[in-house]
Amino acid sequence: MSGNKANGIRYGMVIDVDKCTGCMACSVACQQENNVSFREDETNKLRSITWLEVYSLDNGKSYPEHRQAYLPRPCLHCDTPPYPPCTFVCPVNATQRDEETGLVNHIPVRCIGCRYCISACSYHARYFNWWDPKWPKPMEEMLTPDVSTRMRGVVEKCTMCVHRLQLAKEKAFIEGRRELHEGEYVPACVEACPAKAMTFGNLFDSHSEVAKLAKSPHAFRLLERLGTEPKVYYLSTQDWIRKLSDNVI
Amino acid sequence: MTEENKKHDSGLLGWLLFVVGFAGALFVGWVVFPQLLYTTEYQPINYNHQIHQEEAGLSCEDCHYFREDGTYAGKPMLSACVECHGEVQGETEDEERLVSEFVEPEKEIPWVSYTRQPDNVFFSHVAHVKMAEMACSVCHRDVENEIKAPPVKINRLTGYPIEIMKMHVCEDCHARENVSNSCDTCHH
Repeated sequence: MSGNKANGIRYGMVIDVDKCTGCMACSVACQQENNVSFREDETNKLRSITWLEVYSLDNGKSYPEHRQAYLPRPCLHCDTPPYPPCTFVCPVNATQRDEETGLVNHIPVRCIGCRYCISACSYHARYFNWWDPKWPKPMEEMLTPDVSTRMRGVVEKCTMCVHRLQLAKEKAFIEGRRELHEGEYVPACVEACPAKAMTFGNLFDSHSEVAKLAKSPHAFRLLERLGTEPKVYYLSTQDWIRKLSDNVI
Repeated sequence: MTEENKKHDSGLLGWLLFVVGFAGALFVGWVVFPQLLYTTEYQPINYNHQIHQEEAGLSCEDCHYFREDGTYAGKPMLSACVECHGEVQGETEDEERLVSEFVEPEKEIPWVSYTRQPDNVFFSHVAHVKMAEMACSVCHRDVENEIKAPPVKINRLTGYPIEIMKMHVCEDCHARENVSNSCDTCHH
């Protein structure tokens, strides 16, 4: 891993696939929190925007061996040294990894919409705005004021609700602190999960819940053999799910 | 003789034309164009910072305060004005208009911002004022002895005021003070 490794911060997430019921609350919370617009017809998944996609998995066997699982997938905020694949290819520096937090950001106003990052991303975590965002009448007044809306022709992706990090910092500052307590900064999806399947925190803090879970023998990451070092870990006791995670096509 | 004089005259005329043209171009570039580019907007009513501090004994934080969650209140809402100006108590025309045009119909005052930033810029006041201990006047004009609120010059093309802070000013200071210059510090 790059950056300040010793006492630094690496925000990461652990998602317990065994606990996930596939209710999609995380995906809805994400969409609302981050002002992601939607269209009347969202059936074309090559054109729709879902920062947090929930994949449906099954083991391909028929009853009684049939098993079903759901896998929520935010941006995995890869810790690839020295750069994540998406930021490495950006010709205009519109996306970078903040080495102080490990979060991979994307600045839509700087983006020229070349979509190189979309093809570089191994996880389909980036989306292109094919249209200007539009909301039905009352919803335009319900947008999150701390997230700027995007325009047609730019790429966007999960930011791990970085605006919530800034708000948590403001709260800490007014109380005279520079350090955040665990749980003060949590993305909308983690907060919304009714099954408590998602855990978020500093992976470098050995006392944090997320660091303990990431070291579990049941922990795995998606397409680990690519060496992208994602900071989103998954937990499952079931072998067929763990095998699917590294199923290179 | 005539030949040489003619040559001399045309040279002088050329210089004269050049000077007039140059001065004219400078006038257009420095005076006419900025006038055309910027509109001047005036505040709906004049707010006298000095009189509120000296006669009413208000401090800056009475109106421009931090909320408990660390967010910044910015310009006060009408409710802050109503606390004292429910009825006319002075003799100024601006106060009369405040009561008749805004307080009585319960309408917020549409103050014109001197420092409005684009939608995708997020500035944390608490980080700068409390943690970095910067004075307000580093970025804003000093209003302590201000009697009349100055007009706001607004760029016709962009819609932003002339005093808007540019990104390189933020970046320079962040680099000097060894603060993160990552994009998501200010843009999200």
